[in-house]
Amino acid sequence: MPQGFLQKLVKFYIPLALFLLFLLFPFYWMLVTTFKSDVELYNLSLNPFYIYTWSLTNVEHLIFDTPFLKWLYNTLLVSIISAFISLATSLLAAYGIQRIRFRGSNFMGIAIFFCYLVPPTILFIPLATMVFKLKIWDSLMSLSLIYPTFLIPFCTWLLMGYFKSIPKELEECAMMDGASRLWVFFKVIVPLSLPGILSAGIFAFTLSWNEYLYALTFISSSAKKTVSIGLVTELVRGDVYHWGPLMAGALLGSIPVALVYSFFVEYYVAGMTGALKE
Amino acid sequence: MNHETTVTDEQTGLIGRSWQRTSLALQQRGVIGVLFTMPVGVILLLLLAYPFVLGIWLSFTDTIVGRTGKFIGLENYLYLIFDDVFLLTTFNTLLYTAVAVLLKLIFGFALAIVLNRDFKGKGLVRAIVLLPWIVPTALSTIVFWWLFDSQFSCFSWVLMKMGLISTPIDFLGNPNNARASVIAVNVWRGIPFFTIGLMAGLQTINQSLYEAADIDGAGPWVKFKSITLPVIMPLLAVITTFSIIWTFADFHLIWIMTRGGPANATHIYGTLSYQRAIPGGHLGEGAAISIFIFPILLVCVLLTARYLRRED
Repeated sequence: MPQGFLQKLVKFYIPLALFLLFLLFPFYWMLVTTFKSDVELYNLSLNPFYIYTWSLTNVEHLIFDTPFLKWLYNTLLVSIISAFISLATSLLAAYGIQRIRFRGSNFMGIAIFFCYLVPPTILFIPLATMVFKLKIWDSLMSLSLIYPTFLIPFCTWLLMGYFKSIPKELEECAMMDGASRLWVFFKVIVPLSLPGILSAGIFAFTLSWNEYLYALTFISSSAKKTVSIGLVTELVRGDVYHWGPLMAGALLGSIPVALVYSFFVEYYVAGMTGALKE
Repeated sequence: MNHETTVTDEQTGLIGRSWQRTSLALQQRGVIGVLFTMPVGVILLLLLAYPFVLGIWLSFTDTIVGRTGKFIGLENYLYLIFDDVFLLTTFNTLLYTAVAVLLKLIFGFALAIVLNRDFKGKGLVRAIVLLPWIVPTALSTIVFWWLFDSQFSCFSWVLMKMGLISTPIDFLGNPNNARASVIAVNVWRGIPFFTIGLMAGLQTINQSLYEAADIDGAGPWVKFKSITLPVIMPLLAVITTFSIIWTFADFHLIWIMTRGGPANATHIYGTLSYQRAIPGGHLGEGAAISIFIFPILLVCVLLTARYLRRED
Protein backbone atom coordinates (compact mmCIF):
# COMPACT_ATOMS: atom_id res chain seq x y z
CA MET A 1 0.00 0.00 0.00
CA PRO A 2 2.63 2.62 0.91
CA GLN A 3 4.55 1.69 -2.22
CA GLY A 4 1.41 2.01 -4.31
CA PHE A 5 0.77 5.41 -2.80
CA LEU A 6 4.34 6.50 -3.47
CA GLN A 7 3.99 5.44 -7.06
CA LYS A 8 0.73 7.34 -7.38
CA LEU A 9 2.35 10.37 -5.77
CA VAL A 10 5.19 10.43 -8.29
CA LYS A 11 3.17 9.50 -11.32
CA PHE A 12 0.01 11.42 -10.60
CA TYR A 13 -0.22 13.90 -7.72
CA ILE A 14 3.10 15.68 -8.16
CA PRO A 15 2.86 16.15 -11.95
CA LEU A 16 -0.79 17.17 -11.63
CA ALA A 17 0.03 19.70 -8.93
CA LEU A 18 2.88 21.16 -10.98
CA PHE A 19 0.71 21.49 -14.07
CA LEU A 20 -2.14 23.09 -12.15
CA LEU A 21 0.28 25.51 -10.49
CA PHE A 22 1.64 26.51 -13.91
CA LEU A 23 -1.79 26.84 -15.50
CA LEU A 24 -3.48 28.64 -12.63
CA PHE A 25 -0.75 30.90 -11.29
CA PRO A 26 -1.51 33.79 -13.69
CA PHE A 27 -5.11 33.81 -12.47
CA TYR A 28 -3.94 34.00 -8.87
CA TRP A 29 -1.64 36.85 -9.78
CA MET A 30 -4.50 38.65 -11.52
CA LEU A 31 -6.66 38.34 -8.39
CA VAL A 32 -3.93 39.41 -5.98
CA THR A 33 -3.04 42.48 -8.02
CA THR A 34 -6.66 43.50 -8.49
CA PHE A 35 -7.32 43.79 -4.78
CA LYS A 36 -4.11 45.51 -3.73
CA SER A 37 -3.54 49.20 -3.26
CA ASP A 38 -0.83 50.92 -5.29
CA VAL A 39 1.25 51.52 -2.19
CA GLU A 40 1.47 47.82 -1.55
CA LEU A 41 1.79 46.91 -5.23
CA TYR A 42 4.98 48.87 -5.77
CA ASN A 43 6.66 48.12 -2.45
CA LEU A 44 9.32 45.52 -3.13
CA SER A 45 10.00 44.85 0.55
CA LEU A 46 6.56 43.27 0.94
CA ASN A 47 5.67 39.74 -0.10
CA PRO A 48 4.02 40.19 -3.51
CA PHE A 49 1.99 36.97 -3.24
CA TYR A 50 0.06 38.20 -0.29
CA ILE A 51 -2.52 40.93 0.18
CA TYR A 52 -1.85 42.83 3.41
CA THR A 53 -4.81 45.17 3.17
CA TRP A 54 -7.58 44.49 0.67
CA SER A 55 -8.51 47.43 -1.47
CA LEU A 56 -11.17 48.11 -4.08
CA THR A 57 -9.48 51.23 -5.47
CA ASN A 58 -8.46 49.48 -8.69
CA VAL A 59 -11.93 48.19 -9.41
CA GLU A 60 -13.45 51.58 -8.60
CA HIS A 61 -10.95 53.39 -10.78
CA LEU A 62 -11.69 51.00 -13.64
CA ILE A 63 -15.46 51.30 -13.41
CA PHE A 64 -15.82 55.00 -12.66
CA ASP A 65 -12.83 56.61 -14.37
CA THR A 66 -12.67 54.60 -17.59
CA PRO A 67 -15.35 53.58 -20.12
CA PHE A 68 -14.86 49.95 -19.03
CA LEU A 69 -18.58 49.20 -18.61
CA LYS A 70 -19.22 50.61 -22.08
CA TRP A 71 -16.50 48.33 -23.47
CA LEU A 72 -18.03 45.39 -21.67
CA TYR A 73 -21.40 46.23 -23.18
CA ASN A 74 -19.89 46.58 -26.67
CA THR A 75 -18.14 43.22 -26.40
CA LEU A 76 -21.32 41.55 -25.18
CA LEU A 77 -23.39 43.08 -27.96
CA VAL A 78 -20.96 42.14 -30.73
CA SER A 79 -20.50 38.62 -29.35
CA ILE A 80 -24.23 37.98 -29.14
CA ILE A 81 -25.05 39.37 -32.57
CA SER A 82 -22.22 37.60 -34.35
CA ALA A 83 -22.87 34.34 -32.49
CA PHE A 84 -26.53 34.57 -33.46
CA ILE A 85 -25.85 35.25 -37.14
CA SER A 86 -23.31 32.44 -37.24
CA LEU A 87 -25.56 29.92 -35.51
CA ALA A 88 -28.59 30.64 -37.65
CA THR A 89 -26.73 30.42 -40.96
CA SER A 90 -24.49 27.51 -39.92
CA LEU A 91 -27.46 25.42 -38.84
CA LEU A 92 -29.02 25.72 -42.27
CA ALA A 93 -25.75 25.10 -44.07
CA ALA A 94 -24.74 22.13 -41.93
CA TYR A 95 -28.12 20.52 -42.51
CA GLY A 96 -27.95 21.22 -46.22
CA ILE A 97 -24.49 19.74 -46.57
CA GLN A 98 -24.87 16.79 -44.25
CA ARG A 99 -28.43 15.74 -44.90
CA ILE A 100 -29.74 16.98 -48.22
CA ARG A 101 -26.69 15.62 -50.04
CA PHE A 102 -27.13 17.61 -53.21
CA ARG A 103 -24.58 17.84 -55.98
CA GLY A 104 -21.62 19.78 -54.69
CA SER A 105 -22.42 19.23 -51.01
CA ASN A 106 -19.18 17.33 -50.45
CA PHE A 107 -17.20 20.08 -52.07
CA MET A 108 -18.94 22.68 -49.90
CA GLY A 109 -18.18 20.73 -46.75
CA ILE A 110 -14.48 20.62 -47.57
CA ALA A 111 -14.44 24.27 -48.69
CA ILE A 112 -15.96 25.34 -45.39
CA PHE A 113 -13.40 23.32 -43.48
CA PHE A 114 -10.59 25.09 -45.34
CA CYS A 115 -12.19 28.44 -44.62
CA TYR A 116 -11.71 27.61 -40.97
CA LEU A 117 -7.97 27.32 -41.53
CA VAL A 118 -7.57 30.82 -42.99
CA PRO A 119 -6.25 33.00 -40.15
CA PRO A 120 -7.41 36.60 -39.58
CA THR A 121 -3.79 37.68 -39.98
CA ILE A 122 -4.10 37.09 -43.73
CA LEU A 123 -7.47 38.82 -44.04
CA PHE A 124 -7.34 41.91 -41.85
CA ILE A 125 -5.66 44.25 -44.35
CA PRO A 126 -8.04 43.63 -47.29
CA LEU A 127 -10.96 43.61 -44.86
CA ALA A 128 -9.80 46.97 -43.51
CA THR A 129 -9.95 48.47 -47.00
CA MET A 130 -13.40 46.94 -47.52
CA VAL A 131 -14.71 48.20 -44.18
CA PHE A 132 -13.45 51.65 -45.10
CA LYS A 133 -15.12 51.59 -48.52
CA LEU A 134 -18.41 50.38 -47.03
CA LYS A 135 -18.26 53.32 -44.59
CA ILE A 136 -18.69 51.11 -41.56
CA TRP A 137 -15.25 52.03 -40.26
CA ASP A 138 -15.11 52.48 -36.48
CA SER A 139 -18.48 50.86 -35.84
CA LEU A 140 -19.60 47.81 -33.93
CA MET A 141 -21.48 46.80 -37.05
CA SER A 142 -18.21 46.10 -38.87
CA LEU A 143 -17.24 43.65 -36.12
CA SER A 144 -20.65 41.96 -35.95
CA LEU A 145 -20.51 41.51 -39.70
CA ILE A 146 -16.95 40.20 -39.91
CA TYR A 147 -16.76 37.95 -36.84
CA PRO A 148 -19.10 35.40 -38.45
CA THR A 149 -16.40 34.76 -41.07
CA PHE A 150 -14.34 32.85 -38.54
CA LEU A 151 -17.30 31.56 -36.52
CA ILE A 152 -19.35 30.09 -39.36
CA PRO A 153 -16.79 27.56 -40.62
CA PHE A 154 -16.29 26.21 -37.12
CA CYS A 155 -20.00 26.12 -36.22
CA THR A 156 -20.93 24.49 -39.51
CA TRP A 157 -18.25 21.86 -39.13
CA LEU A 158 -19.30 21.12 -35.56
CA LEU A 159 -23.00 20.91 -36.42
CA MET A 160 -22.33 18.68 -39.43
CA GLY A 161 -20.78 16.20 -37.05
CA TYR A 162 -23.82 16.47 -34.85
CA PHE A 163 -26.32 15.90 -37.62
CA LYS A 164 -24.42 12.80 -38.64
CA SER A 165 -25.43 11.18 -35.34
CA ILE A 166 -29.16 11.75 -35.85
CA PRO A 167 -30.77 8.67 -37.45
CA LYS A 168 -31.94 9.30 -40.99
CA GLU A 169 -35.08 7.21 -40.38
CA LEU A 170 -36.57 9.95 -38.20
CA GLU A 171 -36.53 12.38 -41.09
CA GLU A 172 -37.66 9.82 -43.62
CA CYS A 173 -40.68 8.86 -41.51
CA ALA A 174 -41.74 12.46 -41.13
CA MET A 175 -41.28 13.14 -44.85
CA MET A 176 -43.24 10.02 -45.74
CA ASP A 177 -46.11 11.46 -43.71
CA GLY A 178 -45.97 14.44 -46.03
CA ALA A 179 -43.90 16.82 -43.93
CA SER A 180 -41.81 19.38 -45.82
CA ARG A 181 -38.05 19.80 -45.49
CA LEU A 182 -38.44 22.96 -43.48
CA TRP A 183 -40.91 21.35 -41.10
CA VAL A 184 -38.58 18.40 -40.61
CA PHE A 185 -35.69 20.77 -40.06
CA PHE A 186 -37.41 22.88 -37.44
CA LYS A 187 -39.49 20.22 -35.70
CA VAL A 188 -37.23 17.18 -35.86
CA ILE A 189 -33.62 18.17 -36.46
CA VAL A 190 -33.29 21.36 -34.42
CA PRO A 191 -34.82 19.96 -31.21
CA LEU A 192 -32.73 16.81 -31.47
CA SER A 193 -29.49 18.69 -31.96
CA LEU A 194 -29.94 21.21 -29.16
CA PRO A 195 -26.77 20.04 -27.36
CA GLY A 196 -24.80 20.56 -30.56
CA ILE A 197 -26.38 23.96 -31.09
CA LEU A 198 -25.47 24.89 -27.54
CA SER A 199 -21.83 23.81 -28.04
CA ALA A 200 -21.62 25.79 -31.24
CA GLY A 201 -23.23 28.81 -29.57
CA ILE A 202 -20.79 28.76 -26.65
CA PHE A 203 -17.86 28.47 -29.02
CA ALA A 204 -19.12 31.30 -31.15
CA PHE A 205 -19.67 33.49 -28.11
CA THR A 206 -16.27 32.85 -26.53
CA LEU A 207 -14.43 33.17 -29.84
CA SER A 208 -15.96 36.57 -30.56
CA TRP A 209 -15.30 37.67 -27.00
CA ASN A 210 -11.64 36.75 -27.53
CA GLU A 211 -11.17 38.48 -30.87
CA TYR A 212 -8.48 41.10 -30.94
CA LEU A 213 -6.95 41.86 -34.35
CA TYR A 214 -10.11 42.94 -36.21
CA ALA A 215 -11.28 45.08 -33.31
CA LEU A 216 -7.86 46.69 -33.05
CA THR A 217 -7.80 47.44 -36.77
CA PHE A 218 -11.38 48.62 -37.35
CA ILE A 219 -12.18 50.50 -34.15
CA SER A 220 -10.60 53.79 -33.17
CA SER A 221 -12.97 55.76 -30.94
CA SER A 222 -12.90 54.97 -27.25
CA ALA A 223 -16.67 54.55 -26.90
CA LYS A 224 -16.74 51.75 -29.47
CA LYS A 225 -13.87 49.64 -28.21
CA THR A 226 -14.16 46.10 -26.94
CA VAL A 227 -12.74 45.09 -23.56
CA SER A 228 -9.44 43.67 -24.82
CA ILE A 229 -8.72 46.66 -27.03
CA GLY A 230 -9.89 49.26 -24.56
CA LEU A 231 -7.74 47.97 -21.72
CA VAL A 232 -4.51 47.80 -23.66
CA THR A 233 -4.91 51.06 -25.55
CA GLU A 234 -6.39 53.29 -22.86
CA LEU A 235 -4.88 52.07 -19.60
CA VAL A 236 -1.34 52.15 -20.88
CA ARG A 237 -0.27 55.69 -21.57
CA GLY A 238 3.24 55.81 -22.94
CA ASP A 239 5.40 54.29 -20.25
CA VAL A 240 2.80 54.59 -17.52
CA TYR A 241 1.16 51.28 -16.81
CA HIS A 242 -1.83 51.21 -14.51
CA TRP A 243 -1.25 47.64 -13.43
CA GLY A 244 -3.92 47.58 -10.74
CA PRO A 245 -6.83 48.69 -12.94
CA LEU A 246 -5.41 46.62 -15.82
CA MET A 247 -5.59 43.46 -13.72
CA ALA A 248 -9.05 44.42 -12.51
CA GLY A 249 -10.08 44.80 -16.14
CA ALA A 250 -8.56 41.46 -17.12
CA LEU A 251 -10.42 39.85 -14.23
CA LEU A 252 -13.80 41.47 -14.89
CA GLY A 253 -13.42 41.01 -18.64
CA SER A 254 -12.79 37.30 -18.22
CA ILE A 255 -15.68 36.65 -15.86
CA PRO A 256 -18.51 36.66 -18.43
CA VAL A 257 -16.75 34.07 -20.61
CA ALA A 258 -15.73 32.04 -17.59
CA LEU A 259 -19.34 32.06 -16.38
CA VAL A 260 -20.78 30.96 -19.70
CA TYR A 261 -18.08 28.35 -19.89
CA SER A 262 -18.56 27.03 -16.34
CA PHE A 263 -22.24 26.42 -16.94
CA PHE A 264 -21.64 24.50 -20.13
CA VAL A 265 -18.23 22.86 -19.65
CA GLU A 266 -19.47 19.51 -20.85
CA TYR A 267 -20.87 20.96 -24.06
CA TYR A 268 -17.68 22.87 -24.63
CA VAL A 269 -15.48 19.81 -24.19
CA ALA A 270 -17.85 17.74 -26.31
CA GLY A 271 -17.76 20.37 -29.05
CA MET A 272 -13.99 20.61 -28.97
CA THR A 273 -13.35 16.90 -29.12
CA GLY A 274 -16.22 16.31 -31.52
CA ALA A 275 -14.87 18.87 -33.97
CA LEU A 276 -11.39 17.35 -33.76
CA LYS A 277 -12.56 13.84 -34.44
CA GLU A 278 -14.40 14.80 -37.61
CA MET B 1 -72.43 17.93 -65.01
CA ASN B 2 -69.79 16.66 -67.34
CA HIS B 3 -69.15 20.08 -68.74
CA GLU B 4 -68.86 21.56 -65.31
CA THR B 5 -66.16 19.14 -64.15
CA THR B 6 -64.00 19.86 -67.19
CA VAL B 7 -64.02 23.54 -66.45
CA THR B 8 -63.09 23.02 -62.84
CA ASP B 9 -60.28 20.72 -63.86
CA GLU B 10 -58.92 23.22 -66.29
CA GLN B 11 -59.16 26.01 -63.74
CA THR B 12 -57.34 24.13 -61.05
CA GLY B 13 -54.83 23.07 -63.63
CA LEU B 14 -54.06 26.64 -64.60
CA ILE B 15 -53.75 27.87 -61.08
CA GLY B 16 -52.08 24.75 -59.82
CA ARG B 17 -49.42 24.33 -62.47
CA SER B 18 -47.19 27.19 -61.49
CA TRP B 19 -47.62 26.34 -57.84
CA GLN B 20 -46.89 22.73 -58.62
CA ARG B 21 -43.76 23.67 -60.49
CA THR B 22 -42.43 25.64 -57.53
CA SER B 23 -43.27 22.88 -55.12
CA LEU B 24 -41.65 20.30 -57.40
CA ALA B 25 -38.53 22.41 -57.58
CA LEU B 26 -38.57 22.71 -53.81
CA GLN B 27 -38.55 18.97 -53.55
CA GLN B 28 -35.45 18.67 -55.67
CA ARG B 29 -32.33 18.11 -53.65
CA GLY B 30 -30.25 20.54 -55.64
CA VAL B 31 -32.61 23.45 -55.15
CA ILE B 32 -33.23 22.86 -51.46
CA GLY B 33 -29.57 22.23 -50.88
CA VAL B 34 -28.61 25.54 -52.46
CA LEU B 35 -31.29 27.37 -50.48
CA PHE B 36 -30.05 25.94 -47.20
CA THR B 37 -26.39 26.66 -47.86
CA MET B 38 -26.84 30.02 -49.57
CA PRO B 39 -26.57 32.34 -46.53
CA VAL B 40 -23.26 30.79 -45.45
CA GLY B 41 -22.05 30.68 -49.03
CA VAL B 42 -22.76 34.35 -49.59
CA ILE B 43 -21.15 35.47 -46.31
CA LEU B 44 -18.01 33.39 -46.86
CA LEU B 45 -17.66 34.42 -50.49
CA LEU B 46 -18.04 38.13 -49.77
CA LEU B 47 -16.16 38.38 -46.48
CA LEU B 48 -13.60 35.56 -46.72
CA ALA B 49 -12.92 34.47 -50.29
CA TYR B 50 -13.13 37.98 -51.77
CA PRO B 51 -10.83 39.63 -49.17
CA PHE B 52 -8.42 36.74 -49.60
CA VAL B 53 -8.11 37.48 -53.32
CA LEU B 54 -8.13 41.21 -52.64
CA GLY B 55 -5.21 40.68 -50.24
CA ILE B 56 -3.19 38.98 -52.95
CA TRP B 57 -3.99 41.83 -55.34
CA LEU B 58 -3.05 44.47 -52.73
CA SER B 59 0.32 42.80 -52.25
CA PHE B 60 1.11 43.59 -55.90
CA THR B 61 0.22 47.28 -55.50
CA ASP B 62 1.68 50.28 -53.70
CA THR B 63 -1.58 51.06 -51.88
CA ILE B 64 -1.23 53.28 -48.83
CA VAL B 65 -3.94 54.45 -46.46
CA GLY B 66 -6.19 56.97 -48.22
CA ARG B 67 -4.87 56.36 -51.73
CA THR B 68 -5.68 53.54 -54.13
CA GLY B 69 -2.43 52.11 -55.33
CA LYS B 70 -1.31 51.02 -58.75
CA PHE B 71 0.06 47.68 -59.86
CA ILE B 72 3.77 47.41 -59.17
CA GLY B 73 4.31 43.72 -59.79
CA LEU B 74 6.69 41.99 -57.40
CA GLU B 75 8.24 45.17 -56.05
CA ASN B 76 6.88 44.67 -52.50
CA TYR B 77 8.20 41.14 -52.40
CA LEU B 78 11.58 42.11 -53.82
CA TYR B 79 11.87 44.89 -51.28
CA LEU B 80 10.97 42.52 -48.46
CA ILE B 81 13.43 39.75 -49.26
CA PHE B 82 16.28 42.26 -49.03
CA ASP B 83 14.86 43.86 -45.87
CA ASP B 84 16.83 42.84 -42.77
CA VAL B 85 13.83 43.31 -40.48
CA PHE B 86 11.74 41.04 -42.67
CA LEU B 87 14.44 38.35 -42.71
CA LEU B 88 14.76 38.54 -38.93
CA THR B 89 10.97 38.30 -38.71
CA THR B 90 11.01 35.16 -40.83
CA PHE B 91 13.56 33.62 -38.50
CA ASN B 92 11.51 34.68 -35.45
CA THR B 93 8.29 33.28 -36.89
CA LEU B 94 9.87 29.90 -37.59
CA LEU B 95 11.57 29.77 -34.19
CA TYR B 96 8.42 30.83 -32.36
CA THR B 97 6.28 28.26 -34.16
CA ALA B 98 8.73 25.38 -33.90
CA VAL B 99 9.58 25.79 -30.23
CA ALA B 100 6.10 26.71 -29.03
CA VAL B 101 4.32 23.91 -30.90
CA LEU B 102 6.88 21.34 -29.78
CA LEU B 103 6.57 22.38 -26.13
CA LYS B 104 2.77 22.47 -26.28
CA LEU B 105 2.80 19.01 -27.79
CA ILE B 106 5.12 17.55 -25.15
CA PHE B 107 3.48 19.17 -22.12
CA GLY B 108 -0.05 18.82 -23.45
CA PHE B 109 0.49 15.14 -24.14
CA ALA B 110 2.12 14.62 -20.75
CA LEU B 111 -0.80 16.23 -18.94
CA ALA B 112 -3.28 14.19 -20.97
CA ILE B 113 -1.49 11.01 -19.89
CA VAL B 114 -1.46 12.14 -16.25
CA LEU B 115 -5.19 12.85 -16.38
CA ASN B 116 -6.06 9.66 -18.25
CA ARG B 117 -7.26 7.72 -15.23
CA ASP B 118 -10.30 7.77 -12.99
CA PHE B 119 -10.05 9.97 -9.95
CA LYS B 120 -12.28 12.05 -7.79
CA GLY B 121 -12.94 15.50 -9.21
CA LYS B 122 -11.79 14.63 -12.71
CA GLY B 123 -14.51 16.79 -14.26
CA LEU B 124 -13.46 19.77 -12.18
CA VAL B 125 -9.77 19.32 -12.98
CA ARG B 126 -10.57 19.09 -16.68
CA ALA B 127 -12.61 22.29 -16.48
CA ILE B 128 -9.75 24.06 -14.68
CA VAL B 129 -7.19 22.81 -17.19
CA LEU B 130 -9.17 24.43 -20.01
CA LEU B 131 -9.22 27.86 -18.33
CA PRO B 132 -6.13 29.31 -20.05
CA TRP B 133 -7.74 28.39 -23.37
CA ILE B 134 -11.11 29.95 -22.50
CA VAL B 135 -9.99 33.25 -21.03
CA PRO B 136 -9.49 35.89 -23.72
CA THR B 137 -5.86 35.73 -24.80
CA ALA B 138 -5.53 39.49 -24.80
CA LEU B 139 -6.53 39.58 -21.14
CA SER B 140 -4.32 36.74 -19.97
CA THR B 141 -1.47 38.25 -21.96
CA ILE B 142 -1.87 41.47 -19.98
CA VAL B 143 -1.39 39.42 -16.82
CA PHE B 144 1.83 37.91 -18.19
CA TRP B 145 2.96 41.32 -19.29
CA TRP B 146 2.72 42.38 -15.68
CA LEU B 147 4.32 39.13 -14.47
CA PHE B 148 7.26 39.91 -16.75
CA ASP B 149 7.59 43.51 -15.55
CA SER B 150 11.17 44.70 -15.53
CA GLN B 151 11.01 45.95 -11.92
CA PHE B 152 8.12 44.33 -10.13
CA SER B 153 8.09 40.81 -11.59
CA CYS B 154 7.33 38.33 -8.84
CA PHE B 155 9.64 35.82 -10.52
CA SER B 156 12.53 38.23 -10.08
CA TRP B 157 11.38 38.88 -6.52
CA VAL B 158 11.52 35.18 -5.63
CA LEU B 159 14.91 34.66 -7.29
CA MET B 160 16.31 37.74 -5.56
CA LYS B 161 15.01 36.60 -2.17
CA MET B 162 16.68 33.25 -2.81
CA GLY B 163 19.88 35.11 -3.57
CA LEU B 164 20.18 33.66 -7.07
CA ILE B 165 20.18 37.02 -8.83
CA SER B 166 21.00 40.50 -7.61
CA THR B 167 19.01 42.65 -10.05
CA PRO B 168 15.55 41.97 -11.54
CA ILE B 169 15.50 40.00 -14.77
CA ASP B 170 14.78 42.13 -17.84
CA PHE B 171 12.25 39.70 -19.30
CA LEU B 172 10.98 41.75 -22.21
CA GLY B 173 13.88 44.15 -22.73
CA ASN B 174 16.50 41.61 -23.77
CA PRO B 175 16.00 39.94 -27.20
CA ASN B 176 16.42 36.32 -26.15
CA ASN B 177 14.56 36.76 -22.86
CA ALA B 178 11.71 38.36 -24.76
CA ARG B 179 11.59 35.47 -27.23
CA ALA B 180 11.52 32.96 -24.39
CA SER B 181 8.81 34.96 -22.62
CA VAL B 182 6.41 35.16 -25.56
CA ILE B 183 6.94 31.46 -26.25
CA ALA B 184 6.19 30.66 -22.60
CA VAL B 185 2.89 32.54 -22.78
CA ASN B 186 1.93 30.83 -26.02
CA VAL B 187 2.72 27.43 -24.48
CA TRP B 188 0.71 28.27 -21.37
CA ARG B 189 -2.29 29.15 -23.47
CA GLY B 190 -1.99 26.22 -25.90
CA ILE B 191 -1.42 23.27 -23.55
CA PRO B 192 -5.14 22.81 -22.75
CA PHE B 193 -6.02 22.42 -26.42
CA PHE B 194 -3.57 19.53 -26.78
CA THR B 195 -4.52 18.01 -23.43
CA ILE B 196 -8.28 18.01 -23.85
CA GLY B 197 -8.05 16.92 -27.48
CA LEU B 198 -5.69 14.05 -26.71
CA MET B 199 -7.61 12.95 -23.60
CA ALA B 200 -10.56 12.17 -25.83
CA GLY B 201 -8.29 10.00 -27.96
CA LEU B 202 -6.64 8.26 -25.02
CA GLN B 203 -10.02 7.22 -23.67
CA THR B 204 -10.73 5.21 -26.79
CA ILE B 205 -7.69 2.95 -26.28
CA ASN B 206 -8.67 -0.50 -25.14
CA GLN B 207 -7.18 -1.06 -21.68
CA SER B 208 -6.78 -4.79 -22.33
CA LEU B 209 -4.01 -3.95 -24.79
CA TYR B 210 -1.97 -2.54 -21.92
CA GLU B 211 -2.77 -5.53 -19.73
CA ALA B 212 -1.61 -7.87 -22.48
CA ALA B 213 1.57 -5.82 -22.83
CA ASP B 214 2.11 -6.01 -19.06
CA ILE B 215 1.91 -9.80 -19.23
CA ASP B 216 4.51 -9.77 -21.99
CA GLY B 217 6.69 -7.69 -19.70
CA ALA B 218 6.69 -4.51 -21.80
CA GLY B 219 8.03 -1.35 -20.17
CA PRO B 220 6.20 2.00 -20.15
CA TRP B 221 8.16 3.35 -23.13
CA VAL B 222 7.42 0.28 -25.27
CA LYS B 223 3.76 0.48 -24.34
CA PHE B 224 3.65 4.15 -25.24
CA LYS B 225 5.44 3.62 -28.54
CA SER B 226 3.55 0.57 -29.74
CA ILE B 227 0.07 1.04 -28.28
CA THR B 228 -0.63 4.67 -27.36
CA LEU B 229 1.14 6.44 -30.20
CA PRO B 230 -0.27 4.44 -33.16
CA VAL B 231 -3.85 4.83 -31.90
CA ILE B 232 -3.51 8.50 -31.14
CA MET B 233 -1.48 9.46 -34.21
CA PRO B 234 -4.33 10.65 -36.50
CA LEU B 235 -5.80 12.84 -33.77
CA LEU B 236 -2.37 14.13 -32.81
CA ALA B 237 -1.72 15.07 -36.44
CA VAL B 238 -4.91 17.12 -36.67
CA ILE B 239 -4.31 18.89 -33.36
CA THR B 240 -0.71 19.69 -34.29
CA THR B 241 -1.76 21.02 -37.70
CA PHE B 242 -4.22 23.40 -36.10
CA SER B 243 -1.68 24.48 -33.56
CA ILE B 244 0.97 25.13 -36.21
CA ILE B 245 -1.41 27.31 -38.21
CA TRP B 246 -2.55 29.31 -35.19
CA THR B 247 0.94 29.77 -33.82
CA PHE B 248 2.41 30.74 -37.18
CA ALA B 249 -0.36 33.27 -37.72
CA ASP B 250 -0.36 34.53 -34.14
CA PHE B 251 -0.72 38.22 -33.46
CA HIS B 252 -2.18 39.61 -30.25
CA LEU B 253 -0.03 37.79 -27.75
CA ILE B 254 3.14 39.33 -29.15
CA TRP B 255 1.62 42.67 -30.10
CA ILE B 256 0.44 43.27 -26.53
CA MET B 257 3.62 42.15 -24.76
CA THR B 258 6.43 43.45 -26.96
CA ARG B 259 5.04 45.01 -30.16
CA GLY B 260 7.73 43.03 -31.93
CA GLY B 261 10.55 44.52 -29.86
CA PRO B 262 13.16 44.78 -28.46
CA ALA B 263 15.03 45.53 -31.69
CA ASN B 264 12.50 43.48 -33.69
CA ALA B 265 13.55 40.31 -31.86
CA THR B 266 9.97 39.10 -31.40
CA HIS B 267 8.37 40.37 -34.60
CA ILE B 268 6.50 37.62 -36.41
CA TYR B 269 4.67 37.90 -39.75
CA GLY B 270 1.38 38.92 -38.12
CA THR B 271 2.82 41.74 -36.03
CA LEU B 272 5.14 43.06 -38.74
CA SER B 273 2.35 43.12 -41.31
CA TYR B 274 0.08 44.95 -38.87
CA GLN B 275 2.76 47.45 -37.98
CA ARG B 276 3.61 48.29 -41.58
CA ALA B 277 0.00 48.31 -42.81
CA ILE B 278 -2.09 49.98 -40.12
CA PRO B 279 0.03 52.36 -38.01
CA GLY B 280 2.55 52.60 -40.89
CA GLY B 281 -0.09 53.00 -43.57
CA HIS B 282 1.63 50.81 -46.18
CA LEU B 283 -1.26 48.49 -46.96
CA GLY B 284 0.36 46.92 -50.01
CA GLU B 285 3.55 46.03 -48.20
CA GLY B 286 1.65 44.77 -45.17
CA ALA B 287 -0.48 42.56 -47.39
CA ALA B 288 2.67 41.15 -49.00
CA ILE B 289 4.05 40.22 -45.57
CA SER B 290 0.85 38.47 -44.56
CA ILE B 291 0.90 36.53 -47.83
CA PHE B 292 4.05 34.83 -46.53
CA ILE B 293 1.81 33.08 -44.00
CA PHE B 294 0.10 31.41 -46.92
CA PRO B 295 2.75 28.78 -47.86
CA ILE B 296 2.73 27.20 -44.40
CA LEU B 297 -1.05 27.33 -44.44
CA LEU B 298 -1.04 25.59 -47.79
CA VAL B 299 1.29 22.83 -46.61
CA CYS B 300 -0.90 22.25 -43.55
CA VAL B 301 -4.06 22.27 -45.63
CA LEU B 302 -2.63 19.75 -48.10
CA LEU B 303 -1.48 17.48 -45.29
CA THR B 304 -4.90 17.62 -43.63
CA ALA B 305 -6.63 17.08 -46.95
CA ARG B 306 -4.53 13.98 -47.57
CA TYR B 307 -5.31 12.79 -44.10
CA LEU B 308 -9.04 13.47 -44.49
CA ARG B 309 -9.12 11.55 -47.76
CA ARG B 310 -7.37 8.59 -46.18
CA GLU B 311 -9.99 8.62 -43.45
CA ASP B 312 -12.76 8.23 -46.02
